Amino acid sequence: MATAPAPAPGQTRTPSEPGPGRMSGGSPQRTAGRRPLLSRANIPGGAASLIWLAIVLVPLWCMLTWSVQNRDGFLDNGPLSLPRELTPENLQTVLEGGFTNAFVNTAIVTVVSVALTLVCAVPAAYAVVRSTSRFVAGAFSVFLLGLAIPAQAVIIPVYLMIVRMGLYDTKAAIILPTVAFGLPFAVLILAGSLRDVPAENYEAMTLDGAGPLRTLWSLVIPMSRGSIVAVGIYSALQAWNGFLFPLILTQSEEQQILTLNLWNFQTEYGVNIPGLMTAVLLSAAPVFIAYVLARRWIVAGLAGLGGK
Amino acid sequence: MTAPAPAPAHRSLRGRTRAASHTDNAARPGALYAVPAMLVFGVFALVPLLLVCWLSFTTWNGLGDPRWTGLANWQDLLTDPGLLHSLRITAVLTLAGWAVQTPLALLLGVWAAGTQRGRALASALVFLPLLLSGAATALVWKALLDPNFGLARTIGPWIGVPSGNMLGTSGGALLAIIAVGAWQFVPFHMLMYQAAARNVPAHLYEAATIDGAGRVRQFWSITLPQLRNTVVTSSTLMIVGSMTTFETILILTDGGPGAATQSMPFRMYQQAFKSFEMGPASALATVLVLFGTALSLLIVRFSGFSRMRSTLEGI
Repeated sequence: MATAPAPAPGQTRTPSEPGPGRMSGGSPQRTAGRRPLLSRANIPGGAASLIWLAIVLVPLWCMLTWSVQNRDGFLDNGPLSLPRELTPENLQTVLEGGFTNAFVNTAIVTVVSVALTLVCAVPAAYAVVRSTSRFVAGAFSVFLLGLAIPAQAVIIPVYLMIVRMGLYDTKAAIILPTVAFGLPFAVLILAGSLRDVPAENYEAMTLDGAGPLRTLWSLVIPMSRGSIVAVGIYSALQAWNGFLFPLILTQSEEQQILTLNLWNFQTEYGVNIPGLMTAVLLSAAPVFIAYVLARRWIVAGLAGLGGK
Repeated sequence: MTAPAPAPAHRSLRGRTRAASHTDNAARPGALYAVPAMLVFGVFALVPLLLVCWLSFTTWNGLGDPRWTGLANWQDLLTDPGLLHSLRITAVLTLAGWAVQTPLALLLGVWAAGTQRGRALASALVFLPLLLSGAATALVWKALLDPNFGLARTIGPWIGVPSGNMLGTSGGALLAIIAVGAWQFVPFHMLMYQAAARNVPAHLYEAATIDGAGRVRQFWSITLPQLRNTVVTSSTLMIVGSMTTFETILILTDGGPGAATQSMPFRMYQQAFKSFEMGPASALATVLVLFGTALSLLIVRFSGFSRMRSTLEGI
């Protein structure tokens, strides 16, 4: 344990200092500690990766090819072959089933959840790193404990509270618990990156006459930009893909979220597998597009917990 | 923005020692800055944590007010043969999930930390399942495993299920849940191992190579011991994750066939939101909380988080 080098504390800020074309490398400590290229190939690792790659890609391939065929074509063709004729029919079926509404709902829930998470977590992380208050130290320990509270375990009281607050079947009913359960992780990651900001910078801010609020605005936020983006992406994924809170805390079609819409689609249309695949692809499209555009950030955001 | 970025090495070293010693004269944020986060977290995570314990001593059907009934739910729970069954299912899912995912993630992660050609592309592709929601993943796999229309009718015969009905037997259904969990989460753990494997000092491998240690030997005597912390963190996350598997079970098997895949979270959901027996379900949830808290303490104890905490308290 002691021999392990301190991992680069700014795991999540690597995006702001891109390494030479590497997925998550880049910080100086890491580059220095990199092992030289081993002369022999890692054959078991390579073989495992190839097999795993196939296991990952076959279902994704099925999703893609099934979604562009109509049902009869899909049944005649068999699951693995290339589609013979392409059809937009599935798209139509999916869009008729309340998909657009669910898409908009999910987008609203995601944007508000991310905003609320950041508004709460950034000042909290600043306090955790720089405050001398006992309350903050205690709060941080509580956050640590909160990391592994399973959401299912508290869903019954959350349901009770949401009903009593009159929030049942609203977007707020999804947003508030989602944010609450994302906060421990967000604060941990942000605090981790803020520890890298040298004390001299804070002192310089104070010499300039800045109070904590201006320090937060002009030092903390710019310096932790990388982690803020990573945390934002992580919370966005959590909100976009959330299932349990919407399942229990909403009811009407009007408030339906994409994940529930997908599930409904399957219950309603039963064997329309190509339609379902189209719906799944459409629901994941924004995430896939974001991944193509900002893979580095997303990987860093998800790797945050592992970068300790 | 106002501050020029200093040399990174200098930054992290000085930043750590100084922040820890609290000797600088900068203005410090008050506790107020942590209040919004504590408020949201407190109301929607901590208060429910206490409430669930209280609810476990009440009778409540989801409407009206919960009524205090003392230990009745707990007595029922402890004498309920269904509890033992769901505990066993949860344990199987958790242990098997760990045993399948850890070696895979370790092997793939260490491989991805190397410098092979195509590694970046392979890593980018392997990562894709993590972007899908749990619900979407379960739905896609349900379609794939459909014995009439899916991939199962093609692949089934290869792996000894000629009918292709893999979800039809209790063993097959459990295996399917474990496999889907691996498909979904191995990429994440692989990423953790990749990051950690890159941090193993190069000179260890150089020395071992000079001593004539082969790759397998190097893996067991250098890589694995150096990744010990990561193994602990990753395993804990994996265990918490598998223990609370819910969407996959709900969508893929709906607890079936029979009660074969009724894990604790699933059973709790059914009791609470299908039968509206909130009291007994809360008792079950409390058991889940206890497990969760125990595991969370393990994370804090064994992972780097505890170091962060001591840094903070070492005023």
